[in-house]
Amino acid sequence: MSARKRVTIPIRIEPGSDLPAAERAAVLEAVNRNRALEGALLPILHAIQDRLGWIPPRTLPLIAYELNLSRAEVHGVVSFYHYFRQHQPGEHVIFLCRAEACQAVGAVALEAHAKRALGVEFHGTSGDGRYTLEPVYCLGNCASGPSLMIDRELHGRMTPERFDELIGATSTSAASASGSASGSAT
Amino acid sequence: MQSIAEQDLGTPKRQSAKQVTLNVDGRQVTVPAGTSVLRAAAEAGLSIPKLCATDTLEAFGSCRMCLVQVEGMKGFPASCTTPVAEGMKVTTQNEKIANIRRGVMELYISDHPLDCLTCPANGHCELQDMAGAVGLREVRYGYSGANHLDAPKDESNPYFTFDASKCIVCSRCVRACDEQQGTLALTIQGRGFDSTVSASQAESFLESECVSCGACITACPTATLSEKSLIKAGQAEHSIITTCAYCGVGCSFRAEMQGEEVVRMVPNKDGHANHGHSCVKGRFAIGYATHPDRITKPMIRASISDPWKEVSWEEAIAHSASELRRIQKKYGRDSIGGITSSRCTNEETFLVQKLVRAGFGNNNVDTCARVCHSPTGYGLKQTIGESAGTQDFDSVMDADVIMVIGANPTDAHPVFASRLKKRLRAGARLIVVDPRRIDLVRSAHVKADHHLTLKPGTNVAVLNAMAHVVVTEGLVDEAFVRERCDLGNFESWARFVADPRHSPEATAAATGVDPHELRAAARLYATGGNAAIYYGLGVTEHSQGSTTVMAIANLAMATGNIGREGVGVNPLRGQNNVQGSCDMGSFPHEFSGYRHVSNDTARETFERLWGVPLSNEPGLRIPNMIDEAIDGSFKWLYVQGEDIAQSDPDTTHITAGLKAMECVIVQDLFLNETARYAHIFLPGASFLEKDGTFTNAERRISRVRKAIPPLAGMADWEVTMALANALGAPMRYNHPREIMDEIAATTPTFKGVSYARLDELGSIQWPCNDAAPTGTPVMHVDHFVRGKGQFMLTEYLATEERAGPRFPLLLTTGRILSQYNVGAQTRRTASTVWHHEDVLEIHPFDAEQRGVRDGDLVALASRIGEISLHASVTERVQPGVVYTTFHHAVTGANVVTTDNSDWATNCPEYKVTAVQVRRTNHFSDWQLRDREEGVSLRRMAKALADAAE
Ligand code: SF4
Ligand code: SF4
Ligand code: SF4
Ligand code: FES
Ligand code: FES
Repeated sequence: MSARKRVTIPIRIEPGSDLPAAERAAVLEAVNRNRALEGALLPILHAIQDRLGWIPPRTLPLIAYELNLSRAEVHGVVSFYHYFRQHQPGEHVIFLCRAEACQAVGAVALEAHAKRALGVEFHGTSGDGRYTLEPVYCLGNCASGPSLMIDRELHGRMTPERFDELIGATSTSAASASGSASGSAT
Repeated sequence: MQSIAEQDLGTPKRQSAKQVTLNVDGRQVTVPAGTSVLRAAAEAGLSIPKLCATDTLEAFGSCRMCLVQVEGMKGFPASCTTPVAEGMKVTTQNEKIANIRRGVMELYISDHPLDCLTCPANGHCELQDMAGAVGLREVRYGYSGANHLDAPKDESNPYFTFDASKCIVCSRCVRACDEQQGTLALTIQGRGFDSTVSASQAESFLESECVSCGACITACPTATLSEKSLIKAGQAEHSIITTCAYCGVGCSFRAEMQGEEVVRMVPNKDGHANHGHSCVKGRFAIGYATHPDRITKPMIRASISDPWKEVSWEEAIAHSASELRRIQKKYGRDSIGGITSSRCTNEETFLVQKLVRAGFGNNNVDTCARVCHSPTGYGLKQTIGESAGTQDFDSVMDADVIMVIGANPTDAHPVFASRLKKRLRAGARLIVVDPRRIDLVRSAHVKADHHLTLKPGTNVAVLNAMAHVVVTEGLVDEAFVRERCDLGNFESWARFVADPRHSPEATAAATGVDPHELRAAARLYATGGNAAIYYGLGVTEHSQGSTTVMAIANLAMATGNIGREGVGVNPLRGQNNVQGSCDMGSFPHEFSGYRHVSNDTARETFERLWGVPLSNEPGLRIPNMIDEAIDGSFKWLYVQGEDIAQSDPDTTHITAGLKAMECVIVQDLFLNETARYAHIFLPGASFLEKDGTFTNAERRISRVRKAIPPLAGMADWEVTMALANALGAPMRYNHPREIMDEIAATTPTFKGVSYARLDELGSIQWPCNDAAPTGTPVMHVDHFVRGKGQFMLTEYLATEERAGPRFPLLLTTGRILSQYNVGAQTRRTASTVWHHEDVLEIHPFDAEQRGVRDGDLVALASRIGEISLHASVTERVQPGVVYTTFHHAVTGANVVTTDNSDWATNCPEYKVTAVQVRRTNHFSDWQLRDREEGVSLRRMAKALADAAE
């Protein structure tokens, strides 16, 4: 009997106790600030994404627990809005405009180029973890399209060449700033 | 897939005083206001096509199949979400409507595999039916575009599969999990074409929050969610309505059958206890009934060290009777006795106690309720006058404040818990009194307003403190007390609890409960509207179990919370028929209907009917039988369907008693732990194999109906009867119906009960008599059954099991959802994926002090025994308290529990044992010896063992 096979035990981990400190803090702060609001979940998710750049799936148990929701409910909301990111983004997020005005001046070709250059589809992150490509519908820069936004900075009259330059440029300047946003991708 | 035998009216029934008459396709129909057009049409016999609606869920209006035209309304409203109106004129069929429906259906089918002939739902698929109903003839879109046909199948749950390729995203499953079960484990993830059903965070069902209740399966209109048993066997051809044999909720089921094989169990929509809901045990965990471990031949042996030998029924019965006569002759009339089971039917229990009283000529009969709810019987009888809960389950829907004491309904009474949670989601307030943070304290859409985390064993002190607050803060319902209760009695009680030593502040040191929290809880209970108390074994299984029950009744009477819907005192009875076995006279001092054996009128009734004189002296309780066996004066025991060697406390003492007897007869499905010490084994029959009745926690008597023939050839009642006849105490019944007639004829509270009446009404809550011909959902309505309510003084006495330096922790025990009690059944089903061993829950603080890490093997020692098991480090328990379950015999949790017991009823104090925990690397001596004995004392004769292979 002492030689009995060692079994795995169902362990009830307290929600959130296994989270990296930064994620735990981001969740708790977002929750505490918004808890009293009607429909608190959406503002909380926004606050978390603002702080972490995404909504790590492993934070959902804690969010659910804090709000007395099920994990499924939170997942349903997170997955409903494309805006909420379920994967860790690259160090830089490129929002590429796909709306009419830009389409009319070459956004389609730019999109194809960008995807090829980064080796990703929309919502994907390049293999080196540097860039995430996201579609966006009008950046309010229609007069000088095609437009894209990278790290909240707007760029107009974008061409494939300028795109290559831009990602080359950003990647060097970003080398020193990296680190904070990188963690273990899930 | 819904039951093959039920009709779906589309949307839930509405209650309303106002009736509305409308016209549907030229037919007049009158329904309660608030009813949907879809349901009104169905009641008029017109079925409107539908996919996302079903009558167990609120309408959702997403599929657009149920469109109709209504005179004076624009467009095509969805009939499932359109309420009826007076004089409304509805058209359910015309060409325009047909075209729209066909178009919608075409879209569905263009993304649906066309493998109907090999699909498990074939013949009962709603999508298929609707395609037929709308006359779909072609699908123009083809399958070349994006579709979900290759979506993977999730087979992780042991009982059902999720075949995503067949899903039409109607969200019925999601809503069933939300509304019916209240677990909210499912969601629709993504949006538009990409939306799919997801269990929790896109996990497999097994890893998700799903508790496997099966509600989503019944709700699913397609084969997406299907029982594995259905996939294997195919559709059933008939169904039989019966009652779950697991817990005290007593859910009604349809056993869907193919000949003599059960295909699947579907909860019965008309079931009054469960309204079409179920839990994992009743719905799925029935595999034990046909498990190869079932013993189907009687067996005997001369001594427990001999191997078992198979014999005929005749020989086994004759041998039992001759042993009985020999022993009674040698050691006297009182040297023998019997134990009835809360797992068997009322009729079977009644027969066993009749056998003892009339056949053995003594009152040595007891039941396993001794170890769970005997304090309920005693405590409630003393105070309000009847040994049973006061309400029906539905009453919780009228409660404003719900107080749960020492019960964990989400695990132990899941279907009731779902109703309770539904009420909480609708706004009722919740007080939890429990040393552990049970799920009700905090889970999806549930949060206790007050959680009183008392130290185990201090229930009475906490309840007295609550009463103190009620009395001293002027919260007593004086009108109620004056009218309904004994005043003198009340006054002395009020003086007693008002004493400052009972204040929350004064008792905090003993109870560990924050006085502010306690005061707030007491105020909420007393002033929050209808307040209902639900309690479980955390109340009764204590040295002051009966006192606690009385303290609960006191509190309810003082605040006027008894005698109407939404209030009351409700024991959550553990086993399927624990209420019934108590009702049927299983206690040594009481005949059926709780009449004392010294009550001459009652005794004469039985003496006249049975034609023998009966003893007016109470007989032996189980612990007395064991003690007397060890002393040498108790020698022969008949145990029907109970495993006292595993379920009763202080296992070592019990087994010593059993070993000291000359003849132990065990009647059971399996060679259980008690059978190790038996000389005669009589095979039992599962609930599927016999007719009878069970009585659930709300006093509801429901029929158990035979679905398959008894595996061993005889149902348990027939075996008892054979034994009685062999003894010369003749019993002649052709059917359990006749036993119920005898019960009704002799027991005033059952006077109006008969099988014919049960078939007619579905189920009956006793008392059922001339005054209440259809039964009594809520008791004590105008006055207490006993006349005036009696307040009892409830002095708190600390248990002798106090944590001291050698045993500094308090152990408390309980159970979990997927397993049932000693596990004899659930361990023999696929449910073991959720719980394959008992673990010890320990707080991180206590764990750290002892160097125990999560998953370590630890020794758990009390002053009477020691076992080893794995540790689970968790904050669910408070520091100083450890917790384990008792589902697995190899763990032997009851080796450490003591023989302390309730002062009034001997109900054992399972819930408090002082223990120490330390790391270890081996199993305890008891466990090793037990393992060996388990093999040696269960040996079968060689040929037999070979045959069993
Ligand atoms: S089986 Fe029950 S708990 Fe699980 S997903 Fe279905 S409804 Fe929810
Ligand atoms: S699994 Fe069934 S009930 Fe759930 S959305 Fe799909 S088809 Fe509807
Ligand atoms: S709640 Fe109880 S009675 Fe109902 S199915 Fe589950 S075990 Fe059976
Ligand atoms: S359309 Fe591209 S910025 Fe407006
Ligand atoms: S049944 Fe009415 S919209 Fe689906």
